[in-house]
Amino acid sequence: MNAGEAAVALDRVAVTLGERPVLREVSFRLEAEQFCALIGTNGSGKTTLLRAILGFIPVQAGRIDLPAGAIGYVPQKITLDPGLPLRARDVIALGLDGARFGTRLPSKARAVRVQEMLRAVGAEEFAEQRVGTLSGGQQQRVLLAHALVRRPKLLLLDEPLANLDVGSTAEIVALLRRLSHEFGAAVLLSAHDMNPLLPVVDRIVYLANGCAVSGKADEVVRTEVLSRLYGYHVDVLRVHGRVVVIAAGARTESRDALERDPVHTITVP
Amino acid sequence: MFSAFMLHAWIVATLVAVAAGCVGFFVVARRAAFAAHALPLGAFPGAAAASLMGVNEFWGLAGFAVLGVLAIGQLQRAGRREVASALWLASALALGVLLLGLSGRYAQSVYGLLFGDLLGIDTRQMAVVAGFSGLTVALVAWVARPLLLDSLSSELASAAGARAAALEFVFLGILALSTAIAVPVVGALLVFSLMVGPASAARAFTDRPWRSLAVAVGICLATVWSAIALAYVTNWPVGFFVGALSALCYAAGRLRGGTVALAQVA
Amino acid sequence: MDSICTWGHMGGFWCNQPVRVALAVGGGAALVCAVVGLSTVMRRQAFAGHALADVSGAGGSASYLLGINPLFGFLGMAAAAAGVMEWAQVREARERDLLTGVVLGAGLGLAALLLYLDMTVRNVSGAAITVLFGSMFTIPPSIVPVALIVAAAALGASALIFRPLLVSTLSIDLARAQGARVRTIARIHAMALALAVSLAAMTVGAILSTALLIGPAAAALQVARRPASALALAVLIGLAATWGGIALAYQSYYWTPGRGWPVSFFIVMLIVCAYLLASAVARRRSGSSATAPLSGCQEH
Repeated sequence: MNAGEAAVALDRVAVTLGERPVLREVSFRLEAEQFCALIGTNGSGKTTLLRAILGFIPVQAGRIDLPAGAIGYVPQKITLDPGLPLRARDVIALGLDGARFGTRLPSKARAVRVQEMLRAVGAEEFAEQRVGTLSGGQQQRVLLAHALVRRPKLLLLDEPLANLDVGSTAEIVALLRRLSHEFGAAVLLSAHDMNPLLPVVDRIVYLANGCAVSGKADEVVRTEVLSRLYGYHVDVLRVHGRVVVIAAGARTESRDALERDPVHTITVP
Repeated sequence: MFSAFMLHAWIVATLVAVAAGCVGFFVVARRAAFAAHALPLGAFPGAAAASLMGVNEFWGLAGFAVLGVLAIGQLQRAGRREVASALWLASALALGVLLLGLSGRYAQSVYGLLFGDLLGIDTRQMAVVAGFSGLTVALVAWVARPLLLDSLSSELASAAGARAAALEFVFLGILALSTAIAVPVVGALLVFSLMVGPASAARAFTDRPWRSLAVAVGICLATVWSAIALAYVTNWPVGFFVGALSALCYAAGRLRGGTVALAQVA
Repeated sequence: MDSICTWGHMGGFWCNQPVRVALAVGGGAALVCAVVGLSTVMRRQAFAGHALADVSGAGGSASYLLGINPLFGFLGMAAAAAGVMEWAQVREARERDLLTGVVLGAGLGLAALLLYLDMTVRNVSGAAITVLFGSMFTIPPSIVPVALIVAAAALGASALIFRPLLVSTLSIDLARAQGARVRTIARIHAMALALAVSLAAMTVGAILSTALLIGPAAAALQVARRPASALALAVLIGLAATWGGIALAYQSYYWTPGRGWPVSFFIVMLIVCAYLLASAVARRRSGSSATAPLSGCQEH
């Protein structure tokens, strides 16, 4: 793929689950090797959007352009069964050719690639343990290596920072940033709190109300831009170096969602 | 159809159905279909052992049912639930094969024990079944609330002060009790289908737990009564009708549940 | 070969025709069951595996009635039941459990009817015992070639879907993101399972087939850390238990004169012992690894 070509481009995408329209008109474009955060409150449709990009759910309208070849994917809150006889190393190897029928004899080249991935994500220490017995952060690293081992041009991560403590959050964010450069992959990761990501992201896609705005963080996270997106007045404040979005306008469904999300926002009486 | 010797069958089947409906509700809630299958079938060698030792077969069944509860409970700690049921079932039946082989004279009654025999019930057996059905229902009523909470989330139940491990044992015990009494009537192979089919269909008719339990008992009664009537008319084994009607109940529940879910979406 | 026949009373063991057939067919069934059983236990489908075996018994009963080769009865019924379970498209674990139970109940009901008809229409008695409990020493040598073909088909199917099945067992979403055809794989696995259990049910009885399918795989999963070693261990346990069980059953003719103990009993007991042993090893291992970091903490 040439530089400057889109890693993923969405044009007026609409997705309906059952009878509920989750995404009404989502358009954005992600260039190769860009590091992008998909921000939105709980229930704003982040997971739906990622699953639509992956082709898991059909799109009612609009189009999604994807790069040729593999797409890396790390699902949300995956719980790996400790009863499975799969070491971290085996899970990464399955990222190489897990979808192929038939078996294959072990090969040196493959073992080398797996070892490289283990080193890249810092998983060498627990490479020989069953994945199901690893901690959440360790499993995340293994799944990240599983997603990257085929060197995809696009990596999708669904809430990779949820349920991590502050230290591990910073570690994973730094790791993702570094891997994005190292592997030349565009990264789209969803999160409900943008603060740990603001220092490192190239772009933000902000999802609300079934629509999205995208651009550089300072372009998007602004009072007038987000107010237009939400359809009522919101304030973007910077408090102690953190960005908070405050709902102060008319009470609507999406405002309730904004208020329910304590990490994302504080409410003003 | 309602002559004196059939009267016992009607009464016993009714008692068994009430107990099976109550327990079936929890079998469905706790995803314990395999245990509900493994406990009665695993108890069946108990009858062979009892006949070898010359005691009432009911005690053999009950004894093996209790053994099953202990074995499944113990094996569950080591690994997966369904593996525990499978291993207990295989061990019990292997023992049963051994007992059958050693006694030799028992082979004729195997069919009756596996698939049920309504005509062989005497008054004493009826009294035993009545007693144990009553006990089952009473036990269910006693542990119903913590058991339901535990089925929803064992953490919630623990937080409320219930002991999850103890509840599982009590549940398996009730299951064993209710299935052991039903074995001579419906047969070891088909007791569990009386628990699974009606109770899973009941979920489609109501969202309230206790009403669902009542509906399960109702469907159970309808199933057994129809099965007996059909068996009487056709002279085919009652187990066949129990299995087929239970499957029909389940299919009806799935269809109705499907339309309900669609209606809610619309 | 003949010289072996003179080695004490175990000499006759190797030269006995039924024993040779039992060793071959039992070994084959154990091999196939261990391989297919591993993915079955990993996917939490032990109940489905058992249900297919029991339901295939209805096919066995039907074959007496129709006068066809029992193999086709067992296979046809197991494949039909597997088809129903896959066709109903149930992904939620609770619903799958119930559906399995219902199919099992209906299948056993059908078996009851067919066995009854066997007795009344065809005057075949004792079919219930043969179908459910089987006996390895009464396997006719004529079914060995057919059994081998079925075994090869099940093994081939398992090898074909080995990797994508592992990924979709780990997570369906991961498999789909990699482009694996999840539904196709699940269907192929269900058919391999049907082949394996009907082969086992036909040769060693519906009950023993459950033990062969679940036991060795579950024991191997307790201790193995990688797929290949789990596979090897499961096969090893299955074969050792089967052949050991046959040898013990042969010996048992000398314990209770005139009456041998059933093979099924010994095989199941050996498998259960292997499982308990594996659990103990796993518990000891996890116990020792749990104490290690604690001692590390005290140094800080």
